[in-house]
Amino acid sequence: MTLITKGLSRRSVIKTGLAGIIATGVAPTIFTRGAYAQEFCNAPTGDTVTIGFNMPLTGAYADEGADEDRAYQLAVEHLNGGGDGGMIPTFSSKTLKGNGILGKKVVGVTGDDQTKADAARDSARRMIERDGAVMITGGSSSSVAIAVQGLCQEKGIIFMAALTHSNDTTGKDKRRYGFRHFFNAYQSGIALGPVLGEAYGKDRVAYHLTADYTWGWTQEESIKNATEALGWKTLAPVRTPVGAGDFSQYLTPVLNSGADVLILNHYGFDMVNSLTQAVQFGMRDKQANGKNFEIVVPLVSDLMAKGAGSAMQGIYGTSNWDWQLTDEASKAFTKSFGAKFGQPPSQAAHTSYVQTLLYADACERAGTFYPPEVIKALEGYEFDGLGNGPTLYRAEDHQCFKDVLVVQGKEKPANPFDLLQTVATASRESVTYDPAIFGGELGPDTAVAC
Amino acid sequence: MDLFNLPRRDWITFGLFALVVVTMPIWLTPLGASYPGLLQKFAIFAIFAIGFNILFGLTGYLSFGHAAFLGVGSYTAVWSFKLLTMDALPAIMFAVIVSGLFALVIGYLSLRRTGIYFSILTLAFAQMCYNLAYSVLTPITNGETSLQLTLQDPRVIDSALAARPEGLPSASIFGHVFDGFEGFYFCAALLLIAFFIALKIFSSPFGMMLRAIKSNQTRMNYTGFDTKPYALTAFVISGMYAGLAGALLAVTDPLAGAERMQWTASGEVVLMTILGGVGTLIGPVIGAWLIKYFENIFSAFNEQVLTRFFSFLPPEITEPVVTISSKFVGEGWHLTLGLIFVLVVVFLPGGIMEGVRRIGALFRRTTPPSAPAARPAAPTIQPAE
Amino acid sequence: MDAILAQLLNGLDKGGAYALIALGLTLVFGTLGVVNFAHGALFMLGAFCAVTFRQLITLETVTVDPTQLSAWGAPLEIRTPLAQTWFGDFGAVLVEYSVPFSILFAIPVMLVIGIAMERGIIKHFYKRPHAEQILVTFGLAIVLQEIVKAVFGPNPISQPMPTALRGAADIGVWIGLAPGAVSYPLWRLVYFLFSAGIIAAVFAFLRFTTFGMVVRAGMADRETVGLLGINIGRRFTIMFGLAAVVAGLAGVMYTPLVPPNYHMGMDFLVLSFVVVVVGGMGSLPGAVAAGFLLGILQSFASMNEIKQLIPGIDQIIIYLTAVVILLVRPRGLLGRRGMMES
Repeated sequence: MTLITKGLSRRSVIKTGLAGIIATGVAPTIFTRGAYAQEFCNAPTGDTVTIGFNMPLTGAYADEGADEDRAYQLAVEHLNGGGDGGMIPTFSSKTLKGNGILGKKVVGVTGDDQTKADAARDSARRMIERDGAVMITGGSSSSVAIAVQGLCQEKGIIFMAALTHSNDTTGKDKRRYGFRHFFNAYQSGIALGPVLGEAYGKDRVAYHLTADYTWGWTQEESIKNATEALGWKTLAPVRTPVGAGDFSQYLTPVLNSGADVLILNHYGFDMVNSLTQAVQFGMRDKQANGKNFEIVVPLVSDLMAKGAGSAMQGIYGTSNWDWQLTDEASKAFTKSFGAKFGQPPSQAAHTSYVQTLLYADACERAGTFYPPEVIKALEGYEFDGLGNGPTLYRAEDHQCFKDVLVVQGKEKPANPFDLLQTVATASRESVTYDPAIFGGELGPDTAVAC
Repeated sequence: MDLFNLPRRDWITFGLFALVVVTMPIWLTPLGASYPGLLQKFAIFAIFAIGFNILFGLTGYLSFGHAAFLGVGSYTAVWSFKLLTMDALPAIMFAVIVSGLFALVIGYLSLRRTGIYFSILTLAFAQMCYNLAYSVLTPITNGETSLQLTLQDPRVIDSALAARPEGLPSASIFGHVFDGFEGFYFCAALLLIAFFIALKIFSSPFGMMLRAIKSNQTRMNYTGFDTKPYALTAFVISGMYAGLAGALLAVTDPLAGAERMQWTASGEVVLMTILGGVGTLIGPVIGAWLIKYFENIFSAFNEQVLTRFFSFLPPEITEPVVTISSKFVGEGWHLTLGLIFVLVVVFLPGGIMEGVRRIGALFRRTTPPSAPAARPAAPTIQPAE
Repeated sequence: MDAILAQLLNGLDKGGAYALIALGLTLVFGTLGVVNFAHGALFMLGAFCAVTFRQLITLETVTVDPTQLSAWGAPLEIRTPLAQTWFGDFGAVLVEYSVPFSILFAIPVMLVIGIAMERGIIKHFYKRPHAEQILVTFGLAIVLQEIVKAVFGPNPISQPMPTALRGAADIGVWIGLAPGAVSYPLWRLVYFLFSAGIIAAVFAFLRFTTFGMVVRAGMADRETVGLLGINIGRRFTIMFGLAAVVAGLAGVMYTPLVPPNYHMGMDFLVLSFVVVVVGGMGSLPGAVAAGFLLGILQSFASMNEIKQLIPGIDQIIIYLTAVVILLVRPRGLLGRRGMMES
């Protein structure tokens, strides 16, 4: 089973080694895995390759997790040649043939990260050690993404982050083994600022309610910077625990605080609760400082808009992607997803699907699962045809750069899923920033045996 | 020095226990549980449960806030990694000391009350620790985001001794970085030490004193004994065990999150202890293993596995059986656990160990009648009230 | 001033929920002497009565029209609610006011659940120590919440409140302040009035009915009442059912505020125990007073001015109060002397 032979290139050794194993029909059983030295952790040895899908099936972001789960099922199906192929035909890279990854059938294992960093790390570790996953993807809380990304760096397993919007994921806490396709809070601020200035004027006082963790902090900071650049004032932000449920004690002081805009740095069920409760407090039909009181939700998704119902109408936010986009790739993905699950995909589903495809493609282009090679294939990769227009995986921080959508809750939805309309698009150039502003170090790409 | 002076029966118990623990990677293989992450958890939570049992099993004080000490241990260990060195020993030492101090303060206050009031006090203290760790103590605990190692950590001792390695370091012992199975053996060694100390406590006069508190504290007080120092000592020891467990969690995976201090985590160690058999030495360990096995392996069972399992049944029966049983495995493992727990509390207050003893007694009764009578049933839980 | 008034309202509204749950917990402890860790689960079950009721009346017939495609490319589904086809306009009203209507549904269901629980498990634990009562009811709570999770899934299920009660009431105007100075969500006011009503009803029941009198006598001295030839056991069983109903109704009316999920009971359990302990174990007026007191304390501790003074106080105020009360005055605010004291 030991495949290391000095003097030969790694790749050819692996290839011949694998070919030999497949030819002789030696398939390692689950129980011997990890007992022998491997050149890198969980090198796929049979005719299948295992990917770990680690997403919140319970907790404050469980709705997004459920949609990620659907997207992963679809991605596995498409990679293995099932269905209509979704975005594989529209993808600018043509390496994916529907025969799995590098000829190996893709098998997924799923785990519940409970929207908690501790549990997520546990679950990811289980997938790496018990199930032999060669790549982990998923997550929909930035604290989860950062925790799992740290683990993956240690274990030498590539982590393709799904829903994580904190600046820290590809900023101060970036890792060589972690990659993010989703946009971040800083980009939300750049995109949202001008729209807010246009709609609500330059003279506003903002009150922030912020989820008390890395994502909330960085989003609060980014939106604060963007709106203060317009001339807004910001009151002292209020931090709320994730999963608080009842936000009334935090909402009660808002109306008497002198603010005229409430910015909800909440996501998932938290946002659904805080927004509907804020509307129950009459905040949307109030006047403050002689202006209409407004609510802004900097990061929104279809699923949250659905949960919040009519409370969402007219509210501004930003989105990574929307199923009503009209490019070929988005249409193909929405059709494929809708046919299988009877509902259109959310942005969480989209980014999860895209990340899985990007990983598969990177392996194909590298010609190996060997992580340092796959990382090289992803770094600085320029692609198109995955729903966001031309996109760059920046090498310096593993952040994707693409257009950012500014969306608004629709006043008169035509169907139960027609909830958000795109009101502006911030170009990729405008949301590109210097990676140095967030600091952080990627660390080494050395492969780790496990 | 009578440090190693134990009754012969206790030595046999210890020997058997050590054998079982050391061979875990082998005998757990057919059960699908022989991978480092889970093995480490088996050892760590066994330590936690043994420690909890020193308090609850011996004195009868039911603490519903023990996870706080586990969390404190984890945070201390991670800080030791961040500030001083990646070596596991100082981290463990600091964790045990700090959680011991926490236990001293919380125990001193909580032990002024007994019975349910004691439980609520510990619960309230633990929830305060959790809520503070989650909010205002964010500079120390990093809140919801969880405390992790970073490349910028000072690690003064390590940096003084050697050049900083590229990337994030792992926990080590005297410069040797463990891989998964070594990590398990390290935890297992500490588990054996912890078990040995528990064995000593159980058979010592101090242990007798604690049992006396449980059976009748008032009488103890009337005889002129001040029982409080004894109970407090038990509380602190038990808190230190929890701190050790927390430190080992950080050693095997250097991350500390506030969730591990939540009251439901405290509830879990209560479940472990009761399930296995409160007041017995081995019981809590078995309870801990059972729950962790459920959580990690049983929870992965799905309909395919069940269909294969029930394939011996006629096909028309298989389907409903699979549908019903699938509610109890996989995601539904908590339901099974809750049911087992209720059944144990109602019918078998001494836990699995009492079950074993009852079966043993049954067996002995059928052999020659002159055989020694069965030992008295497990002591039922008598809180000090 | 306006801000303080608004926080006070918030405290009363939160306190209403705490008081209702604590009241039920105390009823059980005072009559049966059982420490019921499954009480939070009863609150959760009540909330799911409302969910079930709504799901029943909004059952739909789904017809798939394969000739038409929806906007995202799946066959179009046409849904018709049964309640409307059967009851017409009344059906629409039923759906609109499903939460208040589910009170009628929840009362018998909770009564049955409560009595079944008492007869099935709790009664075997009267003579066992409090620690064992805690353990068995804790296990029971896990089982109940996992059953709900298996049936309804892990995610919260939102319950819309009636449109008429969706907005906020301008309370300030009622007491002569400027318009818009103090406004508070209507449903939260309804919740407060509702809890006050239930509390009053429970007290009136215990005070003015013969049944209530016997129960109170039994709480004071069970043996003597038994010697008088009164079957106090059956009455206590009914009291357990009543406590379950009170907890359940608190849950039903809570659903429009926060969408219910399977573990909401556990979240409230710890709080309600703290409330009971602060009020004094076994004291009904104590439980109510402590419920409102802690609600108000929590609300005020969340004010930014107070948080700047003592950071983090909003997170721990409830537990801190409990610790102080337990250490300084263990029988609680209104508890009987010697109750649970060593």
